[in-house]
This record gives sequence, structure tokens and C-alpha cells, in this order.
Amino acid sequence: MEQTIDIDWQKIDDIIDRYNSNKEALLMILQDINELYNFVPPECVPIVADKLGVRQSHIYSMATFYKTISLEPRGKYIVNVCTGTACHVRGAERIIEALEDRLNIKPHETTEDGMFTLETVRCLGCCASGPVIMINKDIHGGLDRSSVLNIIDDYKDNAS
Amino acid sequence: MVKFDNKEALDRHIQELQSKKEGPEGLISLCAGPGCSIHGTDDIRGVIADELKKHGLSEKYEIRLTGCHGFCEQGPVMVIDPGGFFYPRVKSENIPEIIEKTLVNNEPAEKYLYKDPATKELIVKEADVPFYKRQTRSIFGNNRLIDPNNIDSYLATGGYSALKKALFEMTPEEIIAEVKNANLRGRGGGGFPAAIKWSTCRKHEGPRYVICNADEGDPGAYMDRGLLEGNPHCIIEGLIIGAFAIGANEGYVYVRHEYPLAVANLQRALGHAREIGLLGQNILGSGFDFDIYISKGGGAFVCGESTALMASLEGNPGRPKAKYIHTSEKGFRDSPSNLNNVETWANVPLIINKGAQWYASMGTDHSKGTKIFSLVGKVVNTGLVEVPMGTTLREIIFDIGGGIPKKKKFKAVQTGGPSGGCIPEEFLDTPVDFDELTKLGSIMGSGGMIVMDEGTCMVDVARYFIDFLIEESCGQCNPCREGLKQMMAILNRICEGEGKAGDIELLEEIGTMMQKFSLCGLGTSAPNPVLTTILYFRDEYEAHIRDKKCPAGVCKPLFHYEIDEEACNGCTLCAKKCPQGAISGEKKKPHRIDQEKCIKCGICYDSCKFDAIMIR
Ligand SMILES: Cc1cc2nc3c(=O)[nH]c(=O)nc-3n(C[C@H](O)[C@H](O)[C@H](O)COP(=O)(O)O)c2cc1C
Ligand code: SF4
Ligand code: FES
Repeated sequence: MEQTIDIDWQKIDDIIDRYNSNKEALLMILQDINELYNFVPPECVPIVADKLGVRQSHIYSMATFYKTISLEPRGKYIVNVCTGTACHVRGAERIIEALEDRLNIKPHETTEDGMFTLETVRCLGCCASGPVIMINKDIHGGLDRSSVLNIIDDYKDNAS
Repeated sequence: MVKFDNKEALDRHIQELQSKKEGPEGLISLCAGPGCSIHGTDDIRGVIADELKKHGLSEKYEIRLTGCHGFCEQGPVMVIDPGGFFYPRVKSENIPEIIEKTLVNNEPAEKYLYKDPATKELIVKEADVPFYKRQTRSIFGNNRLIDPNNIDSYLATGGYSALKKALFEMTPEEIIAEVKNANLRGRGGGGFPAAIKWSTCRKHEGPRYVICNADEGDPGAYMDRGLLEGNPHCIIEGLIIGAFAIGANEGYVYVRHEYPLAVANLQRALGHAREIGLLGQNILGSGFDFDIYISKGGGAFVCGESTALMASLEGNPGRPKAKYIHTSEKGFRDSPSNLNNVETWANVPLIINKGAQWYASMGTDHSKGTKIFSLVGKVVNTGLVEVPMGTTLREIIFDIGGGIPKKKKFKAVQTGGPSGGCIPEEFLDTPVDFDELTKLGSIMGSGGMIVMDEGTCMVDVARYFIDFLIEESCGQCNPCREGLKQMMAILNRICEGEGKAGDIELLEEIGTMMQKFSLCGLGTSAPNPVLTTILYFRDEYEAHIRDKKCPAGVCKPLFHYEIDEEACNGCTLCAKKCPQGAISGEKKKPHRIDQEKCIKCGICYDSCKFDAIMIR
């Protein structure tokens, strides 16, 4: 998927300034950029490296070590399936299968149309409602195969 | 907010708060924890506000959105004071009746009360609900009284009184002695005595740091989250007291990125504490300077390990280091650093306030105080539970947890997360503390407790944890990286029906090697889920390997669904629900499953009301 985005450099500067260009805050800086665009656009790497006085390779090693940072563009909706232990014993696997079938992608992949990214997350603290998923910031619980598919269809309808 | 630059000024403020005559007389406490919010706490709050207005009660009652009350299964939960009226599973449409009955007529709205599933009795008061009644909620009980976004509500319940006592009536040595006499042991899983760590750290030249481990990596546990979101000030108070005792002027909270509400509430709480002079220069005129900063993790489980956490705090990838020198001597920024878990810090104010003797009266010989557990999985009352150390597994799972839902049979309880193990029925009467569960090959850990019933496959559970750990291993040492991969290959093989004789022994051998030779705690404890399931459920492994059967009906290649012709009365429900159209049959006649079409999704099995679907 090719996608060009316009980076708002002022915002990137603001993020770095918020942490006083502190090297120790690199992870949080990357997370804030990630939050802005759903990924860290590679164009940002040299700029961040320069401002913090670290090597670019260091930024790449951080971005690949920590799961919350993505170097690839991701979908408009990030579908996080909880695979925490409680959700696992309540059938999270079946939810993932249903989503894989419907979206035609595997976990950590993004649909062709850039709409959905399938991810997994461990325990959202809603174990009583397991299995649960979180789409962007909204949590849906008590799911089974058909209800999770209905939810996805709702998001599709809303988007189109 | 006014800044208090001496103890007396704060005392006067607290006195004012506690003797307040004006202001609301009643409190409607509505849980806004993650488990309750999912059911629309925000909308409910709006309806309550409208109803109060309608009855002219807006001035008399405060609606307080609080952190998790613990009884997540019954969410959203609401408690109305005075009276302690308890309403579970509240819905917007029921609010008008609840408000009118409870607040106007001063009687419980019977229709919406909690019904004890065991006795079928209606229960009016929160304190009488069996789930709560059998707990000792000395830390977690405050959640429902506290507005996490208002420091005054913490102060009004006696908050920061331990800090005043520590700063003005005790020396650092006396504080450490108190924590030592209370025998406070680390709640993050290791159970290391906090006082020993504190005094080691104090002995070494500064700058020193105190750090709170809020990474909560166990994938089925959320106790720390409940505290961070619901009562951030008790953690902050603990950290300030600890810093004063250790002689540290800077503190960090390393918190999971996946907990945005915890980060927000903590951030706000730190801001408020700073504004009123409980953090910063010369705290309350004591001459002690201290401040706390937040650092967010990046979704790596291994960063919960002390050396990895400190590497991450320094802005590096979180790879553990060999511990030739303890972090309390040389840790964060190569300085003496004292790391404790969220719940450990939350215990500190309690110990200072009520004294070591009181604290040590709870618990067992070597494990004192209470412990919060995250009781989840196949259990009736999912939620956060706080009990004195030494409470048995049976009391927690059956008396408090209400046992297993849907009349199924208990099979095992997994404690300690990926570093722990599965404990079978025969050990249900084991008292839970740091030492007893270790004897069974598991650990108490940080408090995750996942209940499993007969529908859980123990080989699959072992595979689940290994799969988790493969993703989370930092990969720098061989035994862990390669050992996990090999274990996974064997477990996959077993679950696919390709298991061979000797596989179990091979798993044991690899496991023992990893325990001995891995560099950090992740690798040394990683085999526990596999080894304990082999120890207690060997027959299930053998069924997979020898008979090519998964008795629990989880490993897809090793079972299929069949309809019991005797039990099926042809209600057609399963045929309607099957997403593949694999079930056919006439109304009121036994149905059949077309094995070619069946994808073993289990919907029919879960939905049949007559237990007519069988795992074969
Ligand atoms: C792989 C691994 C993950 C850990 N994760 C956590 C965690 O999420 N939270 C925590 O408090 N301790 C965790 N620990 C334990 C910490 O290393 C450390 O012992 C603890 O934070 C010390 O605090 P305590 O003595 O108050 O328990 C983990 C340990 C290991 C080896
Ligand atoms: S045991 Fe595992 S997680 Fe720990 S250092 Fe070795 S590879 Fe990394
Ligand atoms: S395990 Fe899924 S919300 Fe806790």
C-alpha cells in the first residue's frame, strides 16, 4: 500500500519540544508521532535523530523493539483483538479467525483499502465481558463470531 | 488550588473538608472502570443528573465517577450513600425508578437489586453482597469513595496523613524499620522484602531514584490498573514516603502505554499534588524535595523486568542485563534505584498509618497483609478481589468468585501469568501466599488468577503462554530464545495431532535447561506453564499424542462435533446459528452436522440448551 502523507512539521517540533529534546523520552516522542499518523513516517526519523542528538539506527532499533511503534502506514481503524488469558479461554481465537476471514488479512496486516488494521493486545481490563475487541478507542465486549462481524460491517457502512 | 507550605496549613484544609456542613449530603458512586464503562457509564451519569434535577435533588447528591469497584461481572455498578444501596448492571432506562424509590421514598428499588445466585435472596446493601463481604479491602475498598480526579476527595478519606506522619514524626530509619516489621514483600511477583531493598538503596551514594513498576505485563490481570485509575494518590503517597526514607529526590512511574486512562488520571493527580505542595521543593516545609515523572512503556512484557525497565526509562530498547550488581546499588542512570510494584507502593501509607503490628496481623507467617487478585476466566464473579494472604484458592474461586458458570466443572486455576503455572482441583485448599503456590510449581505472581473449566485444553493453555513469550522474549540469550521456539514447535505438533512418543520428556528437558541457564526472569520462569500442565495434566498431553484426541474440544484437528440424537429435540436453534449452514434436520427431529462444511467454530455447542452437541 503506497500512501503519501503531508507531515505537519510544526506538530513534530511541538512534540519534541514538549519533552525538551530529551533523549530519554525518545520512546514517548515516537509514540506521540505514532498517535498522530497511526505510524511513524520514515521521513521523521532523521529529524528526530538530529534534534535529540541520537543516531538514526538507534531510532530504528527502538521502533522495531517496541510494539506500540509502527514504521508502516496502518489503517483508519485499528482493530485490536484482546488475546489476554481471560479472553483466550473465552474464545478470542475464534474472534480472530472470524476477522481474518472477513477482512482477508492476518494479524498485524492492513486491508488493501487502508481501512482496517488487525492487531492483538493483551488484556484491556474488561475480562468480565470477554472476548473483547477495541476499535481505535472504542471497546466492544461479549462477542461471538456473528456479533463481531456485525460490528465490522457497521464500521464499513459508516465509512462509506 | 492553594499551595500549603507547612503541615498546619494542610491540617486546617483537611479539617475543613471533613467537617464541611454545606455541600451534598449524599453520594452516588458510579464505577467508571474499564469493565463498567464498556456498558455506557457516561450515558448513565447523564440520566442520573437529569433525574436528580427533576426531583430537585441536584444539590443534595453528588454523582461521583470512580475507578473500578471490583465487581466487574455486575457492571456497571452503582452505590448510593447514605445507606450503601447497591445496584448492579444498571441501565439508563432503570435510573428513574431507582432514583425515585431510593432517594425520594427512601426504600430500595427491589426490581434492580442484586440477587444472590446461591440463595436467590435479594441483597440491599453493598456490604452484604457475598462477593464483597468475604473480602478484606483495605487498599481497594477506597476506590468507590474516591474521585480520582479530585485530590480533596482523597484528603477527606485520610489521604496523605501517612505522609505527614512520615515527614514530621519519623526518621527515615524508623520508616524503613516499620516497613521491615510489617514484612512488606514486593507485590510485583518476586515477593522480595521491600525494606531490604530500601535500606540497600539508602546505603549507596546518590543521586538515588524511586521507581514504580506499573507495566502490568501479565496478560490476564488488571489489579494495578484498577489502583492507578481509581486511586492514584495512594501510589503517589507511597512513593513520596519511600523516597523520603531512601533519600531520593526523583521518582518515576513506568506505566503501560495501553492504559491511557491510568496515565491521564496519574498525570492529573501528580499535577494536583504539585499544586498543593505535596511534590516539589521543600514539601510542606519539611525541607525534603521530591518530584515524580511518568514514563510510558511500549508494549513490551520484558520491560517489567527491573533492568529492562531501567534501560527503557533511559530511552533504550528494554533488554535485561545480568544482575551482578543489584539495581538498588546501580540501576537507572547507573545510580542507586529502588523499584517496587504499584500495589507495593500502595501498601506503604497503610503501614505507616496503622502501624506494622496491625499490618502483620493479617496474613501468614511469611506473607503479611492483603493481596489483590484479578479473578477472571471461567468464573461466575469476574472482578478484582482483595483478601488477606493465606486465603485458600477455594475461598477465592468459590466463595467469593461464585464458582464456575453454566454448571461446568472446575479444572484448573492459572496463577502468576506467564511465569506461573496451572493448579488442579486437588490443591484448591492451598492457602495463597508467596511460598505455598511456589511449592506447587506455580507462583502467586502479581495476582492474575485465571479459572479454567472442562472446556479449557491444558496443552493449548501451555501453548498460549509459550506463544506469548516467544513474542515477548528479547532474544538476546540462547536458552530463552531457542528454548521457547523448540517448545512451541513441539506444542504445535501435539495440538495438530502430530505429537510423538518422547515429546513430553523433550519438553521437560528443554524446560529444565531454560530454568537453569536463561539470563533473566522471563526465560527462567517461561517453562512453568508447560511444566505444571505436564505435572498435573499429563493424561491430557497423552490423549493428544497417543489417542489423537483433544478431550476439551479446543484443538481443531483433534475433535469434531456430533449431535446426540437422544438429546436433540429438533429446536432448530443450532441450524439457524451455524454460519456455514452445516446443520440440517426437520423441526422436532434430531439434527445432523455435515462434517465437510463444519469449521468447528463452536457456536452450536455454545448455543444448544439441551446439551445435545457432543465433542468427539
Ligand atoms: C519478565 C518479567 C516481567 C515482569 N513484569 C512485571 C510487571 O509487569 N509489574 C511488576 O510490578 N513487576 C514485574 N516484574 C517483576 C520486577 O522485575 C520486579 O521484581 C518488581 O517490579 C519489583 O517490585 P516489587 O518488589 O514491589 O514486587 C517482572 C519480572 C520479569 C522477570
Ligand atoms: S531470558 Fe529471554 S527475555 Fe531474558 S534476557 Fe534472555 S532472551 Fe531476553
Ligand atoms: S483478557 Fe481480555 S480484557 Fe482481560
